[in-house]
Amino acid sequence: MRRSEQTRVVVARLAGIAVLLGGGLLAASLCFGSPQNPSQIPNIFDPRSTPAKAIFHLSQFVLAITGLIFAVVFGLLTYVLVKYRKRPGDSGREPTQVYGSTQIELAWTVIPILIVVVLFLATARVIHSIQDAPKPASALEVVAIGHQFWWEFRYPRLGIVTANELHVPVSDPAQPTPTFLTLLSADTDHSFWIPQLGGKTDLIPNRVNNMWMDPYQTGLYFGQCAQYCGTQHAKMLLRVYVDSSGEFDAWVRAQQQPAVRDKDVSAGRRVFETTACINCHAVGGSVANGRFGPDLTHLMSRQTIASGAADNTKANLRLWVQTPDAIKPGSLMPAMQLSKADLDALVDYLVTLR
Amino acid sequence: MSSDAMAIPSAGTAARPWVEVMHEWVTTVDHKRLGILYIVYALLFLVVAGLEAMVIRIQLIRAHNDFVSPQVFNRMFTMHGTTMIFFVAMPVLFGFANYLIPLMIGARDMAFPRLNAFSFWLTAFGGLLLYFSFLGGNGLYGAGNAPDVGWWAYAPLTAKAFSPGPSSDYWTIAVLVSGFGSMGTAINLIATIFCMRCPGMTLNRMPLFAWLNLVMSGLVLITITPLTAAQIMLMVDRYLGGHFFDTQAGGSAAIWMHFFWIFGHPEVYILIIPSFAFVSEIVPVFSRKPIFGYSVMVAATVCIGFLSMSVWAHHMFTIGMSAYSNSFFAITSMAIGVPTGIKIFNWLATMWGGKIQFKTPMLFCIGFLFQFLIAGLTGIMLASAPFDWQLSLSYFVVAHFHYVIVGGILFALFAAFYYWYPKITGRMLSETLGKIHFWLFLIGFHVTFDVMHIPGLLGMPRRIYTYEPRPGWETLNLIVTIGAFIQGAAVLVFVANLILSFFKGAKAGNDPWDAWTLEWSVSSPPPAYNFASIPTVASRRPLWDLKHPEDPDSRYE
Repeated sequence: MRRSEQTRVVVARLAGIAVLLGGGLLAASLCFGSPQNPSQIPNIFDPRSTPAKAIFHLSQFVLAITGLIFAVVFGLLTYVLVKYRKRPGDSGREPTQVYGSTQIELAWTVIPILIVVVLFLATARVIHSIQDAPKPASALEVVAIGHQFWWEFRYPRLGIVTANELHVPVSDPAQPTPTFLTLLSADTDHSFWIPQLGGKTDLIPNRVNNMWMDPYQTGLYFGQCAQYCGTQHAKMLLRVYVDSSGEFDAWVRAQQQPAVRDKDVSAGRRVFETTACINCHAVGGSVANGRFGPDLTHLMSRQTIASGAADNTKANLRLWVQTPDAIKPGSLMPAMQLSKADLDALVDYLVTLR
Repeated sequence: MSSDAMAIPSAGTAARPWVEVMHEWVTTVDHKRLGILYIVYALLFLVVAGLEAMVIRIQLIRAHNDFVSPQVFNRMFTMHGTTMIFFVAMPVLFGFANYLIPLMIGARDMAFPRLNAFSFWLTAFGGLLLYFSFLGGNGLYGAGNAPDVGWWAYAPLTAKAFSPGPSSDYWTIAVLVSGFGSMGTAINLIATIFCMRCPGMTLNRMPLFAWLNLVMSGLVLITITPLTAAQIMLMVDRYLGGHFFDTQAGGSAAIWMHFFWIFGHPEVYILIIPSFAFVSEIVPVFSRKPIFGYSVMVAATVCIGFLSMSVWAHHMFTIGMSAYSNSFFAITSMAIGVPTGIKIFNWLATMWGGKIQFKTPMLFCIGFLFQFLIAGLTGIMLASAPFDWQLSLSYFVVAHFHYVIVGGILFALFAAFYYWYPKITGRMLSETLGKIHFWLFLIGFHVTFDVMHIPGLLGMPRRIYTYEPRPGWETLNLIVTIGAFIQGAAVLVFVANLILSFFKGAKAGNDPWDAWTLEWSVSSPPPAYNFASIPTVASRRPLWDLKHPEDPDSRYE
């Protein structure tokens, strides 16, 4: 191979490093560039809760060690390719034939074993600190039930049932008020993942899983289902609102009320209560007691519908009821096939469910 | 009857009726022809599964794209994964093993030629059955009724309740049938390697290629069984009223995961170990030195084989196993990095002090070394269970395993193609086209798979047909897709090279690379009987001994 070819190999290798570094810088800028609301990026390197933070610190340690290994081996490989390339005008004699070396083999066996031991000890510590964390008396208990393709959230001690948008109180590190979730599934496997608040844990039918979080900063955090659960897995989005304690108390009180009973929309309520709606949906304080679909008692307290697939507006509600396939094709919401009058009345009723 | 495994078209050969040629190929039991059949079959499915990947990447080029429906997308990623693993990677590796091992050990054929043919046709039928699924159900325009449950087919998504039609049954039966083909090949390879080595070739003197395929075959024998068992149980659930995995009746979703991954993790070692074999044969020849630490390489591979069966639940770190279980699988998954790292160091030491020739096979091996290093290191990150709780089921993991499979296995395969194509066809592949293929593919690979790690770190899960316009996701996905097109172009160059060189390539002769193992002692292509007389060997590099009678290997090891 001519000298220009050999130089090209080396230059390409360096270009490769540049691409990796560039990519790394891009990633870093995405991690640390701060838009108005930093929690809008579900970035695993921007932890806002103790489990996420423990994972973040562990990840830095792991990245440091693997980065070092990479630098050393990459450097050696590049060195070898440059130094031991066949030069033009080479005599054609074979180089010294070396078959092996026991000492060298021992060295590069023992050192990696030691690295593995260190990595493992750091890892085991974080596994236990997260999985075996005791539940304090002040913990908020939430039961999350995964459905195709939405999230049911129950607060058993508070008597609240809601869907898709989880409200939890902010946790002051001095006096923690963490949220402990029990994870269940009504159908297939799902996975609860809010990167800034913790690692993901699956929701598996016929199995009880647990996780916890103690977010120390208020805000809205995004995540979504991470275990393929069927056609609309992609649209099983999550919103976690970390509220200040005042906001959270107010939210709880509002959720504990029975449904608003507005006389002006009694026509729409009648449509709701005499059609198939009540087979799947519940509205507190009414005959509607279905559990297959989301609880609609306080539908209008949520920002989105269809588990984040659309904003919660009157137009979208109307579209969702009449043609769910337009928003989320393959979801289990049936097209209700209502007449225009019934549909108008129904939507007028739904928007009163604050 | 042709005495060549592969007749080179040349003036003066009387054209035989094509029916006769077809018949020969369909009924062949010659390991060389079956090897070629496996390889060509795999190349065809590589193109098909590659197109499925292009559909995925086009759909993901921007948020809320509607290039395909969610139903079609879900079939695409299921078929892409299933095809690549079972009908591209495994067949092509079996193909090379079939072709080369008898030649490398001085044998005339495999131990069981008819079992060999039967294994190939089982695998081939499995692939056709899987793709027949497209023709059912909604018909071609709706992408038919292909399975859409992911290549792991997790329960209870595959239960009748959630997959009412026959689509997942196509997955189950196609993979089950081809699994029997894999078992047949494994049995054949083990018997051949143990029983048919030429005189003087002790196990300690056979090429590393043979050793590594021996370990791979052992893994196949042990680990295909749990998958087959699980698939039979799944059919019992779906059709005979069983409830193994039927969670609505008390069955266990986690048990499917255990059965699948006890197969699934060793499976990826089944794929990578033959790739190591390619690299272990090619790097020494283009460094002009013997492999450094032959015995350690064998020991490390055997270690990897055993350890690979102890790590499976690192695919299940998120399912809520106890802290002790998670810790166990974390340490085994990290430990397997030790023998793997040893292999990288040994390849490095092989090149150290050598005279490295940057011919196309070596270029691909060099790419393999850098990329496999990175893939292994991201694997260590994933082995750290809490870190995995963030990284798992996201595009980080997709980037990791594509780094192994494309950056590792496929690069090693390309190296093997450029290295052994002359032996198989008698013609050299074009070096110029080879270098274009290499650089184009290298660039495309890195543009796609380096960048793909980042959306995972930013919270993008896998297997989603569309995504929200989160900051950064769109730009990153666009870049990933562009890289995919570059790789596609490179593969076209490769296919063009394969075809053009078959007709116009330079004649190769017996030993175009000045190599040292027995396959280079026969003509290119080899005669049907491989060796006029079975050779006797006295060292690991019999041709080195012949070329350097004053300094034979047998003096040193």
